[in-house]
Amino acid sequence: MSRSLKKGPFVEPRLLGRAQAMNKKNERKVVKTWSRASVIFPDFIGHTIAVYNGKKHIPVYVTENMVGHRFGEFAPTRNYRGHGKSTDRSTSLK
Amino acid sequence: MARIAGVDIPREKRVEVALTYIFGIGLPTSQKILAQTNINPDTRVRDLTEEQVSRLRELVDRRYKVEGDLRREVALNIKRLQEIGSYRGLRHRRNLPARGQRTKTNARTRRGVKKTVGAKKKK
Repeated sequence: MSRSLKKGPFVEPRLLGRAQAMNKKNERKVVKTWSRASVIFPDFIGHTIAVYNGKKHIPVYVTENMVGHRFGEFAPTRNYRGHGKSTDRSTSLK
Repeated sequence: MARIAGVDIPREKRVEVALTYIFGIGLPTSQKILAQTNINPDTRVRDLTEEQVSRLRELVDRRYKVEGDLRREVALNIKRLQEIGSYRGLRHRRNLPARGQRTKTNARTRRGVKKTVGAKKKK
């Protein structure tokens, strides 16, 4: 089910506030965030936001195209190395 | 011979169904078009008059994005997702389902025919 339009898009207020403050001062600093569910607002364009993926913060440089997406979409939480590889462990079992 | 929106020439079928042969037009859209142009959905395409065909052609051309244009739009949307490095873009790149479906089993539409993988012995 999609979010009620009445509420508007969700964004963590602190994070948006920091971006706007940086815009005012014309600053460019990497901001760490855990708020993967926050929607990317136009205010974030040009900033680099370090999005937590459960292990570490992945730096995401925000471009115009990303507006409307959520930060979490740009920091994958899974690290799939693939199946079926021949490793020392798998060969020693035979 | 009825040519609507480029190449599509479905002939022996009921118009309602024939229109769905156009990429971008399904049954609901087809029914809407026929209601708007006042054509009985049960008539066969070969029984349509020239005037009816041109009415259909005009409406489809003007109101609907179909065939090549639509395909291009879809492709561009996917390309955008891939370029911004989003999760959905990554899933498209790997030809895996992009909307959170399971991949432990099923997902055969995206993944194609089954290929078995397993750990092979080192030589």
